[in-house]
Amino acid sequence: MKPFEYLRPGSIAEALAAGAAPGAAYLAGGTNLLDLMKGGASLPDRLVDITRLPGLDRVEPAADGGLRIGALVRNATLAHDPGFARAYPAVAEALLSGASAQLRNAATVGGNLVQRTRCAYFYDPTSACNKRRPGSGCDARGGENRLHAVLGWSEHCIATHPSDFCVALAALGAVVEIAGPAGPREVLLEDFHRLPGDAPERETVLEPGELVTALRLPPDAAGFAAHARYIKLRERTSYAFAVVSAAAALRLEGGVIAEARLALGAVALKPWRAHGAERLLVGRTPGPEAFRQAAELALEGATPSGDNGFKIELARRIATRALLLAAAGTPERVPALPASPFSHPVGVPLHA
Amino acid sequence: MPDSANMAPMQRRHGSSIGQPLTRQDGFLKVTGTARYAADNNPPGLLHAVLATSRVARGRVAALDVAAALAHPGVVEVMTPANRPPLAIDPDERTSPFAFKLDVLQNDRIRYAGQPIAVVIAETLEAATDGTRLLAPRYETEAPQVSLEDGEPFTPPVVGPGYPAEEQKGDAEAALAAAARHVEARYETPSQYHNAMEPHGIVASWDGDRLTLDTPTQGLAIAQMRAAELLGIPAEHIHIRSPFLGGGFGSKGLLAGPQMLGILAARLVGRPVKLVLQRPQMYGPVGHRAATRQTLRLGVDENGALQAIDHHVLTHSSRFDDFFEPAAGVSHTLYASPAIRTRHEAVRLDVGTPMFMRAPGEASGSIALESAIDEMAWACGMDPLAFRLKNYAEVEPISGKPFSSKALRDCYAQGAERFGWATRPLAPRQMRDEAGFLVGWGVGTATFPALMFQAQARAVLRQDGSGVVETGAHDMGQGAWTALAQIAADGLALPLERVEFHAGDSRLPDAGIAGGSGHTATAGMAIHGAGADVVAKLAALAMDDERSPLFGAHNAGVVARGGRLHRRDDESRSDSYEDILQRAGLAEIEGRGSSASDPAAQAAYAMHAHGAVFAEVKVDPELGQVRVTRMVGAFAAGTIINPRMVQSQYYGGMIWGLSFALLEGAAMDHRSGRVMNGDLAEYHVPVNADVPSVEAILVEERDPHVNALGIKGVGEIGITGSAGAIANAVWHATGRRVRRFPVSLDQLL
Repeated sequence: MKPFEYLRPGSIAEALAAGAAPGAAYLAGGTNLLDLMKGGASLPDRLVDITRLPGLDRVEPAADGGLRIGALVRNATLAHDPGFARAYPAVAEALLSGASAQLRNAATVGGNLVQRTRCAYFYDPTSACNKRRPGSGCDARGGENRLHAVLGWSEHCIATHPSDFCVALAALGAVVEIAGPAGPREVLLEDFHRLPGDAPERETVLEPGELVTALRLPPDAAGFAAHARYIKLRERTSYAFAVVSAAAALRLEGGVIAEARLALGAVALKPWRAHGAERLLVGRTPGPEAFRQAAELALEGATPSGDNGFKIELARRIATRALLLAAAGTPERVPALPASPFSHPVGVPLHA
Repeated sequence: MPDSANMAPMQRRHGSSIGQPLTRQDGFLKVTGTARYAADNNPPGLLHAVLATSRVARGRVAALDVAAALAHPGVVEVMTPANRPPLAIDPDERTSPFAFKLDVLQNDRIRYAGQPIAVVIAETLEAATDGTRLLAPRYETEAPQVSLEDGEPFTPPVVGPGYPAEEQKGDAEAALAAAARHVEARYETPSQYHNAMEPHGIVASWDGDRLTLDTPTQGLAIAQMRAAELLGIPAEHIHIRSPFLGGGFGSKGLLAGPQMLGILAARLVGRPVKLVLQRPQMYGPVGHRAATRQTLRLGVDENGALQAIDHHVLTHSSRFDDFFEPAAGVSHTLYASPAIRTRHEAVRLDVGTPMFMRAPGEASGSIALESAIDEMAWACGMDPLAFRLKNYAEVEPISGKPFSSKALRDCYAQGAERFGWATRPLAPRQMRDEAGFLVGWGVGTATFPALMFQAQARAVLRQDGSGVVETGAHDMGQGAWTALAQIAADGLALPLERVEFHAGDSRLPDAGIAGGSGHTATAGMAIHGAGADVVAKLAALAMDDERSPLFGAHNAGVVARGGRLHRRDDESRSDSYEDILQRAGLAEIEGRGSSASDPAAQAAYAMHAHGAVFAEVKVDPELGQVRVTRMVGAFAAGTIINPRMVQSQYYGGMIWGLSFALLEGAAMDHRSGRVMNGDLAEYHVPVNADVPSVEAILVEERDPHVNALGIKGVGEIGITGSAGAIANAVWHATGRRVRRFPVSLDQLL
């Protein structure tokens, strides 16, 4: 590991000052950054350890009536908070379907947002990767790309964003609170991550030195609690990133969809919110036909970036399934195999 | 004391520990973290060495920035071909069939990605690690060939440890042409890596030309001799300690290049050196299971009796050395057929040399053969178990030899009963569970040869009536510390707690290699012999001593039990070990034992363990995700020394079979030759949630021919049969026959 300077500021102001230096990186749970440093894919000169910053580890009501989650809240803490899981069941399920128990104990909410892609070519310092070394090319194209993006990719980068958590957050319209040298600001989570375009090295809208301080779920997000699911396909039952995943949330009024939310995971370099599909569902009777149409629309424009054409149809099917399961109703508690298709009936009778 | 007519004679005479489901003798050390593995050793003055490995698969190292690494604080030395201490022989010389070529910085050539190209030695692990980055190697790169499509297939001289590449009985072509029905199918298995939890590590300390090594090995004596010939020092100058291995699976069977580099690094700097592979470095210089493409052609008559098995294997070795996965071997032994032909071809690729990996040959071959057998059963409209029984081999098909024992029918029957096989519908895609998932049931036959190697052991009985038994055996996690101690105790006819058992050290008698599922039989028989030698000497002392109650018992003979010798014809007349030694004025008495397979028995009998594995899978009909919901295995492997350890071996094997069928495979970039999923997050092996229910039935089997104790091996057989059973269950669930392994969800859409 390359030698680096280690700082542990005691306030957000100190952190921002320390983080403003070129080559600085913020360190929280370290579950991703330290691996990248060991492998040589990330070589910061300075680590700014933010884990002792006061006030960032709280889950509290937000001023607007929603919920505010401090950036340093651990994934496991949030997922196992009974009140949180009741109000935002799809988010809790997404959290529990990610990584392993040990990693969830260490990883933070803010860190989850800024985790890097799992593209093997990004991790391998000797491969060409425009994200790691701008202009060097993309070895994932024409390489091992079975699990790479089918939406929003560019010739410069075909990686995907690996988070489960962010998919459910995107569906629910979460907001990211940011502190920075130019003062605080906030952005919608679905606008937080950038598609690669011709600058895949810029992964988020964060400016140099900016720090995620909190996430906010808006007041209407809890309105989907009765019909919200996250479903994830993966190649082993636990401790695997998604092949494709979907978060679906519905608000039903008189047996008709009043409002729908749908986001897809592992299909693009950001959580893929499907606004068109959501609009299509409004006023429809929940059922396989409507959901399949929504799924078709959600994958509109999808194209293989390599040996991954199967993901397009698979994403349609997982979106359909997630919507069906959401329509059937949120289970009493998060299933023992969170987000697994095997936790639920295939046919998914409505209003089970 | 067990006194059943079923027990082998020697066991009846001595035994009270053999057959007991004892918990691990080393369990406390393991769960408290105090078992000392190789890398846990930190001798004074220790330096840390880290390998720099090649990122290209073919070419040469054009430049290394050694100065930059040396300038890094804490870096003591950088070992490259320019300053690597000399070796007594060329590491590219194959001095024996089991001395594979090693990459130990002999030149600047690169022959696979992950090959060591330098070693950085530093005061701290961190400094050494960073030193390797600072070397910033530049390469002259040639385009590598890394897939089976590349290269010209040729017929290797031998496959596996020395089997013929081609064998035949009868005329398979003619039999296929005349067959009432035939099936032809091609199956592909990917390159797989051992991924032992404990990475290869070594702590090397030189004292003059004497060398002490802490390093995991499945073969102490072989490693000692190999290091000695490379270094040009006497083998007895090398002391290797290997009390525990965190898994070996074949990758620690032979001394690997990185271990030699640790030794040479210590030589170079004149201080003890620790070198431990990083996880990604285990995907190159320490072996793997080569990919295969297997074509099976089966022919049957009108009644579903096999008339021909033709099994062709295409595999690969490295460009510079020979190891060829003997995948077609299973077709020699499993199913009766008047005509059998097996052929192996290979291509040479720019990869590290493949190596023995748990059930080498059998694992890859079994999933293909068991799939093809299943396809043929369906073509015949027969239940796959009935088809297997119809083609049951009463004698070994390829050789015509009788089996030394074969309780496979019992395995089929007990496994099928426990699983509930009888209600299986013949056609695929007939079963759904209450939630709507497709359900499928599959069966596979398990087999592995009963091998024995050569070993020695020493047993000592002390005047206080306690014993010491020693052999350089290897505990890889399979339970050798426990099972071999049980044999040792019974060999001396002492309670287990009265016997010290020593193993895992090269100063002890050679226990042979812990491989080929032969370690319990091999080391166990040597131990057994050493105990018997002690008892015989003790008996002679007693029977010649007129003060002993056993005086003059020669014709009647004596039996040893519980620390005493008894007259066989009057067990009330007995003498204690202590008294016998005391009267003889001996502080202790020593016995020696050795073991080897019996050539006459080998010539007369085919020796294999067998089993039957039944698997249930559920498949999401729309999403293609597969979940194994139940596995039942029934195995017959002769005498069971410790049923608890054996059951664990079967569980481990069966779970590996699941891994083979559904998860494992190296993702290699075909342009660079690099493994792109070289870590345990991305190279998938099963997690607990993948393994809901596994049962292993220990089927009674007595084998009078394999060895006096009747022991066969259990370490590898569990993979065979299991992988095929799961593949067959996937077909039964979905109606889709996946022939490219692992079965992935995209192949089921």
